[in-house]
Amino acid sequence: MDSIIKIEEVIDLGAAHQSLIHPQCGGICTFIGTVRDLNNSKEVSHLFFETYEKMALLKMQELAEEAAARWDIHRLVMIHAKGLKQITDPVVFIGTASVHRAEAFEASRYLIDRLKEVVPIWKKETYQDHSTWINAHP
Amino acid sequence: MKIHAFGAAKDITGSSLIDFPVEETFVKVKDLKSLLYAKYPDLTNLPSLAISVNLFYASEDTMVNKHDEVALIPPVSGG
Repeated sequence: MDSIIKIEEVIDLGAAHQSLIHPQCGGICTFIGTVRDLNNSKEVSHLFFETYEKMALLKMQELAEEAAARWDIHRLVMIHAKGLKQITDPVVFIGTASVHRAEAFEASRYLIDRLKEVVPIWKKETYQDHSTWINAHP
Repeated sequence: MKIHAFGAAKDITGSSLIDFPVEETFVKVKDLKSLLYAKYPDLTNLPSLAISVNLFYASEDTMVNKHDEVALIPPVSGG
């Protein structure tokens, strides 16, 4: 399996999708997480992502290896953004390609769910008058 | 011992890299956490605080060498 695992300022969605294309694969399943304008009824101005980059990349690599062991996927892409992000900006891209769709759906779901649980990345939300770090997991 | 701090933990300690004094060469993670809580009481207000040692999540009984790469990991919120 070929994989691309990155943390970068700006996610190139077109390039990420392009790298999932494989002649033996009939299904590509992608998930794109984006910045929304409301959280817990509060109007969000923008987000900031901080990463422990070395460890985050290592954890993402571990998750990719777990997914490859469980599902027959030929291509895998995991990219997370860092830095300042505005409303609608993509902040995470997960994609897998497999012969049939079921495996790609399951693998992509697994990768985004586990990324949110264990990868050391932190989101700070800024509202009209203050900012706060989000404590999501655990 | 140098300790990296991120997110809410960084705000509490006031620095992304703390120079934290430990007397022994080796210290257990749970003892290190007690020392950190004593110096930075607000860390106890976090919903959780994991410690990573050389880029892996450590258990409470992991022995940390003062030259290891140690980091404070408050609850994560990627994605």
